Amino acid sequence: MTQVTFLLNGAPVAVYSANPTHTLLDYLRDTAGLKGTKEGCNEGDCGACSVMVTDAQGSRALNACILFLPQLHGKAVRTVEGLTGPDGQAHPVQTAMIAHHGSQCGFCTPGFVMSMATAHLNGDRDHDTTLAGNLCRCTGYAPIIRAAQAVEDQPVPAWLQKDASFILGQISSGDPKGADGPLGAGGGGEASSPPVLGTDSVFRPDNSDALADWYLANPEATLIAGATDVGLWVTKQMRTLGKVAFLNGVQDLQHIEFQGPLVHIGAGVTVESLRKAMLPLHPSFAAMLQRYGSTQVRNAATIGGNIANGSPIGDGPPALIALGATLHLRRGDEMRTMPLEAFFLDYRKQDRRAGEFVAGISLPAQAPALRCYKISKRFDQDISALCGCFNVTVHDGHVAAARIAFGGMAGIPKRAAHVEAALIGQPWDMATLAAARAAFAQDFRPLSDMRASADYRLLTAQNLLTRYFHDLAGQPVLVQQVRA
Amino acid sequence: MTIGASLPHDSAPLHVTGQARYVDDVPLPQGALHLAFGLSTEAHAEITALDLTEVHAAPGVVAVFSAQNLPDMPDVSPTVQDEPLLAVGKVHYAGQPVFLVVAHSHLQARKAARLAKITYAPLPALLTVEQALAANSRFEQGAIVWSRGDIADLSKAAIVVEGEFEVGGQEHFYLEGQIAAAIPQEDGMHIIASTQHPTEIQHKVAHALHLPMSAVRVEMRRMGGGFGGKESQGNALAVACAVAAHATGKPCKLRYDRDDDMVITGKRHDLKIRYKAGADAEGRLMAVDFTHLVRCGWSQDLSLAVADRAMLHADNCYFIPNIRIESHRLKTNTQSATAYRGFGGPQGIVGIERVIDHLAHQLGLDPVTVMRRNLYAPMGSAPQTTPYGMAVEDSITDQILDRLIQTSNYNARRQAVAEFNAKSPILKKGIALTPVKFGISFTLTFLNQAGALVHVYQDGSVSVNHGGTEMGQGLNQKVAQVTAQVFGLTAGQVKITAADTGKVPNTSATAASSGSDLNGKAAENAAMTIRDRLATFIADKHGAAPETVRFTQGQVRVGGEVYDFARVVAWAYQARVSLSSTGFYATPKINWDRVKGQGRPFLYFAYGASVTEVVIDTLTGENRILRCDILHDTGTSLNPVLDIGQIEGAYVQGAGWLTTEELVWNAKGHLTTHAPSTYKIPAVSDRPEVFNVDLWTVPNAEDTVGKSKAVGEPPFNLGISAFMALSQAVSACGPAYPALNAPATAERVLMALQRGQNV
Repeated sequence: MTQVTFLLNGAPVAVYSANPTHTLLDYLRDTAGLKGTKEGCNEGDCGACSVMVTDAQGSRALNACILFLPQLHGKAVRTVEGLTGPDGQAHPVQTAMIAHHGSQCGFCTPGFVMSMATAHLNGDRDHDTTLAGNLCRCTGYAPIIRAAQAVEDQPVPAWLQKDASFILGQISSGDPKGADGPLGAGGGGEASSPPVLGTDSVFRPDNSDALADWYLANPEATLIAGATDVGLWVTKQMRTLGKVAFLNGVQDLQHIEFQGPLVHIGAGVTVESLRKAMLPLHPSFAAMLQRYGSTQVRNAATIGGNIANGSPIGDGPPALIALGATLHLRRGDEMRTMPLEAFFLDYRKQDRRAGEFVAGISLPAQAPALRCYKISKRFDQDISALCGCFNVTVHDGHVAAARIAFGGMAGIPKRAAHVEAALIGQPWDMATLAAARAAFAQDFRPLSDMRASADYRLLTAQNLLTRYFHDLAGQPVLVQQVRA
Repeated sequence: MTIGASLPHDSAPLHVTGQARYVDDVPLPQGALHLAFGLSTEAHAEITALDLTEVHAAPGVVAVFSAQNLPDMPDVSPTVQDEPLLAVGKVHYAGQPVFLVVAHSHLQARKAARLAKITYAPLPALLTVEQALAANSRFEQGAIVWSRGDIADLSKAAIVVEGEFEVGGQEHFYLEGQIAAAIPQEDGMHIIASTQHPTEIQHKVAHALHLPMSAVRVEMRRMGGGFGGKESQGNALAVACAVAAHATGKPCKLRYDRDDDMVITGKRHDLKIRYKAGADAEGRLMAVDFTHLVRCGWSQDLSLAVADRAMLHADNCYFIPNIRIESHRLKTNTQSATAYRGFGGPQGIVGIERVIDHLAHQLGLDPVTVMRRNLYAPMGSAPQTTPYGMAVEDSITDQILDRLIQTSNYNARRQAVAEFNAKSPILKKGIALTPVKFGISFTLTFLNQAGALVHVYQDGSVSVNHGGTEMGQGLNQKVAQVTAQVFGLTAGQVKITAADTGKVPNTSATAASSGSDLNGKAAENAAMTIRDRLATFIADKHGAAPETVRFTQGQVRVGGEVYDFARVVAWAYQARVSLSSTGFYATPKINWDRVKGQGRPFLYFAYGASVTEVVIDTLTGENRILRCDILHDTGTSLNPVLDIGQIEGAYVQGAGWLTTEELVWNAKGHLTTHAPSTYKIPAVSDRPEVFNVDLWTVPNAEDTVGKSKAVGEPPFNLGISAFMALSQAVSACGPAYPALNAPATAERVLMALQRGQNV
C-alpha cells in the first residue's frame, strides 16, 4: 500500500493505493470525480490534462496523465475545478478566454486555462513557450494568445496564492516533505501515519545516500524522476513496474553549483531549471532546451533521466558532449566519472552497472562557440529528427579544437570524430568545410523513420556545419530570426 | 437583432471552468463495463487461428467477442455494408479490429486486448496508389471521368505545364478521441456518442440489434472536435457498445486510446495529382487534364463522394473552357480514408492552384496576374459555367482580390520579399495569394434537409432542438440567435438541448458546412409557426391584423399595446394555443446527376482569399509562416466572432495539412505516426505571428438563413496559400520549378531545393 497525501484544490487528501503508478489523471477523473481535466493523448503531448502543482520550488504546469501519485506527496495540486474562487469568482484567465473566444470545442480548454493561470501566477509572458505543450485543433491559437495577453497585468487571485503559502507554511513548520505537517493532519487523521518512505515496493528517498544504499540492495528497481518517459511505459505499453523509487524528493541531487570553471548539475535538476541556468552561460543550449518537450514536460523531466534513459534522440546529451561534460555515476558509496560520450555504448545500452545511478554532470561554464541546432518537423514540442551541437575553437584562422556531437544520427548520441579530425588544424574556411562533408558518412549511417529519411539526416547534418560557420560569422541562419 | 450579434460560444463559461460535459464525463449507471478492440497487426492476411484464451483469462474480463461467437456480424459502414464490426476470416489493414474485449475497467480491457494469439497467413498488401492501380484494385468499375470541351489540342497551346505531385492525408486529431456508450433500456437501447451523425449511429445500432430505429435513441450533447472524423468513424464504437450491452445487460462504454484511435480510424484522403495544362501566351487557360489517384483504403466509406467533390473543385475560381478530370478511387490495405473538413474539395483546389503556380513560373509572372486572367465572370455579368454545367452567378473573387491585395499590401510586400532574397543567401522568403470558391450543399442531394423542434413553455422560456450537432463550431449559438430573432428575444433566452434522435428524426450528418444553413432554417421555420399562432391569437384579442403584431426586445406590440413576451405566452397557453412546433427545411434549386457529372450540386459558393508570407532555410528546409492576411466571404454573418474563429482555426488546420502534418506508413503497412509524439499538428508558435482576418459580409444572393454563408469548410482551403508561398520561396533559389510535394515538411522543402539544384 502506498500512502500519498497532498492538497487538492485547497483541501488535503490522503490516497491509499496498491498501485504506485496510479496516474493523477486517472485519480482525478475516476476516483475524485473531477472530470474537468481531460485525457487527450495519455502520453504528455497534448496538454489537455494540464494541472498546476505547487511545492517549495513554486508553481508549475504538469501533465496529469504521466504524473504518478507518489510524485505529488506533500505538494498542492490545483485542477480547473479549483481555479474558480471559493465564491465562484472566475479567474481572470477564464474571463479572458470567454471574452476573446478562446474556446470552440472546449476539450483542450481546461488544460489551456491551467497552463495560462500558472504562467500568469509566475508572471511569465512568453506565451508561445508556456503554451507550446497545449494543443488546440479548433482555434488556430490566435484568440487564446489574445486572452493570455489581456490578463498579463491583472493581479493573481488571492485564492490561488494559498497553495504556495500553505506549502511554505509547512516548510517553516519544519517538515520539508510536508508529510506530517498540517497537510497530513488534515487528511482525516489517517495521514498522520508514516509516509511512503520505507514501504517495500515504493521507495521515496530524500537524500542520495539513502537512494544509493537502497538501489544497491534493489538493483532491479525502476528509478522514476520526472516520469516523462516511464509514464508512457505505464500508459502506452501498460507495463506493471515492480519495485520503484521516486527521486523527486532527493534534495541533494537538485543543486546547480559553480566549481571554478565548471558547473555541476545534479541529476535531479529539471530540464526547465537547467534551461534557466544555461541562459546566461550557453544561450544556444538554452534555446534548444526551450524546444525540449514542452513547458509541462520540462517541468517534470530531469537531466539525469534524459542521460540515463540513453535515448539516441534525447536533446541533452549531444549538447553536453559538445561541451565536454563529465558524467558522475554513483553505486553505493562508490563514485566514478567519465566523459559523457563514453557512457553511451550502443543502442539503449549504457556503461552503467547494476545498482549504479546517474548523480550529475559537470560542464564548462564558458564555451562561447557552442551552437546547438535541433531539426524536427514541428518547431515546438517535437522529437528531433536530428540534433547537431558544435563547439569549435578557432585560433589564428585555424581550427584548434573541435567537439561536434549529434543526436538522431546513430543508435546513441555520438561524437562526429571523423568530422572533427577533418577540421582540426585546418583553416576555418569554406574549403575546409567542403572537405569535411565527406567525413559525415564515416561517422554516421543514420536510419530512415517517421521523422526523416536517412538521406535527409545525412545531408542536413552536413549542412548544419555550414550553418554553424555562417552563424559564428554573425549571419542570420535561423528561420526564427526572420520577421514579416 | 440577435442575428449578426458577436456573442461568445454558448458553452464558453462551461468550457473554461471544466463543467462542459463530454461523453466520458457522463456518469454511467453502476456496473458499467468498458470495451477495447484487439487489432490486426497485418495489413492483409487470412486469420488462420484466433486464440483468445489469455484474453478471456485476463483480470476483469467479462466477455470477448470475435467472428467466432458473432456469426451474425454487424456492419458499421455508412454506405455499402463492406465493414464488418470485427474481421471475418481476413484482415484488410493493420489496425483493423479483430476482437472486442469487455471488462470491468478501461485499463483492464486495454491490457487484455494485447493478449490474443492470432496466426495469420499473409496476403499481398496494396499500400500505395501505384500498387492499387497496377492491381486494378478500386471502388466502382473504373475511373470516373468528367469532361467539358476537348483537350486533344492541349499540347499545341503556347504554354504547356505538366507534372505530378503528392498531396498527403491528414489525421483529424480531434482532442476528444472517439467514444460511445450504450445503456440498455427496457425496450431498446440508449446511445450517447461523440458523433456528427446521430441518425447514422441509430441506424447502424438498430440494424445490429435487429431493432426498429424507433427502439434506439441516440443523444449527443457536444463533441470535443469532429472535423469530419466523427461522421462515420464512430459507428464501430456505438455498435460495439450496443452489441456488448445487449449481450451483458450492462451499460457499456468504448473510448479509444489515442494511439488506437489513430491506428483504427480513417483520415483525409491522400492522393497523387497528375496535371497537364495548356494556356495562351498571356496565361489564359485553354485546357487542363487532371488525373486524381485517390487512396481510399480498405472499405468504401464515403470515398466516392469525397473523390467527387475533389473533381467538383478542380476548377476552383477559374473558368477552364476545356477540361478533363479522371478520378481513380483506389482500394488499398490501409485505414479507410474518410470525411475530413473540405471533403475532397481542398484536394481538388490544391491541384488547380498548383497549375496556376506552375504556369506563372513558366511565364515569369506573378501568379495573381495569371489568376486574374482566368477568373469566372464576375457576379452581375453573364455567368460562365463550371465544368459540370452549373452557372457561376455569384463570383466575387475579383472584388475579394482587389480588397485583399490592398489591405495586405501584397504588391509592395512581393517586392520586399524579392529584395530580402537578393540579400539573404541562406534564408529565403516567399509570398503567395490563393483564392477559394467552395460549393455549399451535400452532393448527395437528399441529404440537404433538416428538422427542428421548438417548444415555448408557459413561462415564456424557449427550448430548441435541431438535427445538427455541436462540435465547437458554435452551431447551437447560431441556431439560438436565429430562433431568438423570430421571437424578439435575446439568444440567452433560448435554450438549445442535446441532439437527440428521439426529438428530431432522420437527421443528416453535421457536415458539408451545412449545419447552420440547414438547421438554422428549420429552427426558424418552427419558431415562425409558433410566432404566427401567437400573433393570430393576440391580434384577434385586439381586433388587429396578425401581420401587424411585432415581436421585439422581449415584448409583443399589438394595436398600440405592449406586453411582455411571457405574458402573451401565458395567455395563449390558457387559450389552448399550441406552443410547440416542428420545423423543416429542404435546400431549394439543387439537382445533380453524379453519373453524368452534370447539374447544380450546390445552392451557392462561398469565396475567400488569403496571402501568406513564409521563410525557408535553404540548408535544412525548415520553414515558418510569418504573416497571413485573410478576406473571407460569410455573407451576412450570423455571428462574426464565431465566423472569425472558424476562419482562423481553419487556416491553421489547412496550413498544417500542407506543412508539418505527415502521415507515414512503413513497408508492412503500419501507420508509424499514431500519436502526437510523431504526428505534428500545428502548435501555438506555428500560427502566423501577424494574422489579419477580415470578413466579406455582402448578403448571400440566395435565400439562406439570415442571408449568411456557410463557414465550416471553405476557409480550410485558405491554408493552400502557405504551401504556394513555400513554392515561391523555393523558386527564389534557382530557375527550376520547385515541384513541391505536400506536406512540405523541412525534408520535402530541402528535397525540392535539391531536385531543382536550387542550392
